[in-house]
Amino acid sequence: MTTRRTFLKAGGCALVAYAAAPRFLLRTARAAQANGKVLVAVFQRGAVDGLSMVMPHGEAGYAAGRPSIGLQPPKRDEADRAIDLDGFFAFHPALAPLVPLWENRALAVIHACGSPDTTRSHFDAQDYMETGTPGVKSTSDGWLARAVKTRPANPTPFRAVAMGPALPRTLQGDVGAISMQSIERFDVRAGSDGSVRRGFESLYEQGVRDLLHGTGRETFEAVKMLRSVNASHIPPANGADYPRGQLGEALRQIAQLIKASVGLEVAFADMQGWDTHVGQGAERGQLALRFREFGGALAAFALDLGSKMADVVVITMSEFGRTVAENGNRGTDHGHATAMLVLGGGVRGGRVYGRWPGLARHQLFEGRDLAVTTDFRTLFSEVATRHLGAPAAPLFPGFRATQPSLGLFA
Amino acid sequence: MLLVLGALAGCSAAAGGAGPAQPRVVDPSAVSAAQPAADRQILHALNRLTYGPRPGDFERVRAIGLSAWIDRQLRPQMIDDSATERALAELTTLRMPIAELLREFPRPDPKLREKIARGEMTRQEMQERYPMEKRPFRIAAELQAAKVIRAVMSERQLEEVMVDFWFNHFNVFAGKGDVRWYVSAYEREAIRPHALGTFPDLVRATARHPAMLFYLDNWLSARPDFIVPAGPNRGRNAGLNENYARELMELHTLGVDGGYTQRDVTEVARAFTGWTIDRPQIDGRFVFRPLMHDGGEKVVVGHRIPAGGGQGDGERVIEILTRHPSTARFLATKLVRRFVSDTPPPALIARVAATYAGTGGDIPAMLRVIFESREFSGEDAYRAKIKKPFEFVASAVRALGGSTDAEGGSALARASAEIGEPLYLAQPPTGYADRADVWVNAGALLARMNFALALASGRYPHVTVELPALVAGTDSRSPAAVLDHLLATIVANEAGPETRGVLAAQLTDPQITRLSTDDRGPANTDVAKLAALVIGSPEFQRR
Repeated sequence: MTTRRTFLKAGGCALVAYAAAPRFLLRTARAAQANGKVLVAVFQRGAVDGLSMVMPHGEAGYAAGRPSIGLQPPKRDEADRAIDLDGFFAFHPALAPLVPLWENRALAVIHACGSPDTTRSHFDAQDYMETGTPGVKSTSDGWLARAVKTRPANPTPFRAVAMGPALPRTLQGDVGAISMQSIERFDVRAGSDGSVRRGFESLYEQGVRDLLHGTGRETFEAVKMLRSVNASHIPPANGADYPRGQLGEALRQIAQLIKASVGLEVAFADMQGWDTHVGQGAERGQLALRFREFGGALAAFALDLGSKMADVVVITMSEFGRTVAENGNRGTDHGHATAMLVLGGGVRGGRVYGRWPGLARHQLFEGRDLAVTTDFRTLFSEVATRHLGAPAAPLFPGFRATQPSLGLFA
Repeated sequence: MLLVLGALAGCSAAAGGAGPAQPRVVDPSAVSAAQPAADRQILHALNRLTYGPRPGDFERVRAIGLSAWIDRQLRPQMIDDSATERALAELTTLRMPIAELLREFPRPDPKLREKIARGEMTRQEMQERYPMEKRPFRIAAELQAAKVIRAVMSERQLEEVMVDFWFNHFNVFAGKGDVRWYVSAYEREAIRPHALGTFPDLVRATARHPAMLFYLDNWLSARPDFIVPAGPNRGRNAGLNENYARELMELHTLGVDGGYTQRDVTEVARAFTGWTIDRPQIDGRFVFRPLMHDGGEKVVVGHRIPAGGGQGDGERVIEILTRHPSTARFLATKLVRRFVSDTPPPALIARVAATYAGTGGDIPAMLRVIFESREFSGEDAYRAKIKKPFEFVASAVRALGGSTDAEGGSALARASAEIGEPLYLAQPPTGYADRADVWVNAGALLARMNFALALASGRYPHVTVELPALVAGTDSRSPAAVLDHLLATIVANEAGPETRGVLAAQLTDPQITRLSTDDRGPANTDVAKLAALVIGSPEFQRR
């Protein structure tokens, strides 16, 4: 928590500026008053094989198409096999860290979820999922940015944060979202020489009020806010152990921002490496390693936040799924529907949501892929409305729900 | 004590600036006092037609006259650029035909990756079997380095600006599949020769280039009942792919509101069936395959294309679209946005569109209308554009009188990526946006400041910046004189009074102005830090 005291330490120049216009103090105070709900979106770039992530072991068509990469169905007391969830679906064995969350009903699965658009282009499909407008490329902003925009004003520079080098499409728009590679490196890197940072800060602090100066001021407010709350030094709690890698790093730092009470509402993290055309493996191998990091990072995040998870929902997404049958390279090609996860406060977990379309040949989309029975906008809008209290219409323009809500939230 | 006073002096302005929102006003005393109108025109033209002025550019343009200089820039073949060519010589992939690139940089054997996945081979063994310098990644890496070298060093600056503009307009993503082998040839064969030519030629050249055919999937597009006769997809029904057809109208010609329908998209896609790539992994050449082509009649934005036109169908579509008034307006808008303002003045758009229609899409003619317009030289346009990350990086090196080799080019390309613009790696067909709000965000702004600091401090070993030469002739024991000189050369004295005040206040900081051992006052002004502050300043983010 920022106190007036940490502030006074911030240095001469800041002191004078804020004595005249204590915007930063106001911001911090109001940020702390915001309702505290946080939505974290995790994007599995490259199209995750939803049929390996949440395996339909009760489905005859599964094993037939996957002689070398199919998972063995779960068997009681046998390790290294898929982990049964409800007698029909099972987690990939590498997702074992998620099982406790499933069992205490904090984690839900939505299967056969995806886009109404039929493209199998990563680029188009990601664009559609991030803008929330399948089939329309001219949308200028992302649905997560629009979600932030519909909420009550919250004068912190940290309303929306993406962990990564650039702002993802879904947070582009007029909400001042921040992208950062790391909390620790989010600063002017001038070594011990504070004069350069002070110089840059002063350069943006005054002068005309335009986009550049405004952003500059917000940037240095954010830099100072991070320094004053010492966010990068908040250790993981409850013995949470984040796996090494892109997602673990991102979620660890998002948890730091949440614990530092900087006013975060929406956070975004990417995980790469799901485009498994070649040698994807089964219980072990390439894809299993990805799942281990993915499941481990999500589980560590939930453990780390502990009771704070009551105000946090994590949703995972991927642009499409992969072919039901394996290809000639023991991998899978671009498909259609996939599985998504929702984890956190208020979620009625321990259930697989969505109508299961089946894997018999006549049930497949275009004769080869898992069909989409839940439009991703149905899922996203339910999470946005129920968790963030955002109205669905401006988030997903042109979307008319053709199915009832999933009933994900209590 | 001096430090405190300096900080306070800088901050009183800061407190004033934190007041209620005001429209952006140009302080006339700060601007016009600095430069007479004619000199401002030269500075403005240098900022817009080039990757930023180098020390001495202003004087050179003034010597030959602004309009003569613009004339020369519009005819790049008249400008000697042999020094740049020499700097590019070591980048051998730039000149290789696609077939040779495919031979020299073979596709990774999927079996190798499979072996690694199964643990039968280590990454190190893979590195030995398949060394980095033989990987296709090198093609795009050399192209990135070349782009930096050209932007920093070429005398044909307007041509480089236009190559960037048109590549972005007809964007392909160097990370998508076979585009990795085609991207270098795409810029060389489809974009560069026409960058200051005619627009219809650009559409024709990009439409049949393997890079575009692959990137927007047209190479797979076939008449609905076509069954693939051979190859790995034998027996499959390939079907119609509308990707290129849609982007051709939405992004390349008419614009999204240009008056076409989904029906037109399908018709255009039918017209382009059979425009494909011959042996994509061996030759990578354009070929028209009549067997894939839909021979029926098409109707495109009201124009009938009779049955049986073959390859001519696609050519006819290009003719129809490039003659459409929506295309003239769409292109005029984009050009005016690039050269004048994020909010392009409608009257100028109309005049540039009329020039397009009157000249058959002659690019120099359109540019001339822009450069000679009162909107271009008006107060509203002056320093109104925010530099894209790449423009910022290149202009910073140029402002410091810098030069680079290929390795330095790669390092600077990475800097551009860190600030948000990885070169040749815009995934969506829209390319990169040309609006300030897309580029100005917290992480990117800090990245700009950190780049300024690293560049001025000499932390790019293969990039030579000439700081001593930059302040040559000024008394290094007089920090104020050094600052004046830096402001004159880097931002042409266009720093606002607040910026000048802040920088002057820095001069009292002992870490910037080290005290000398004798008693005769400050010495050894830390020129690098001052230069970094100027490059990271709000003024230098504008062009």
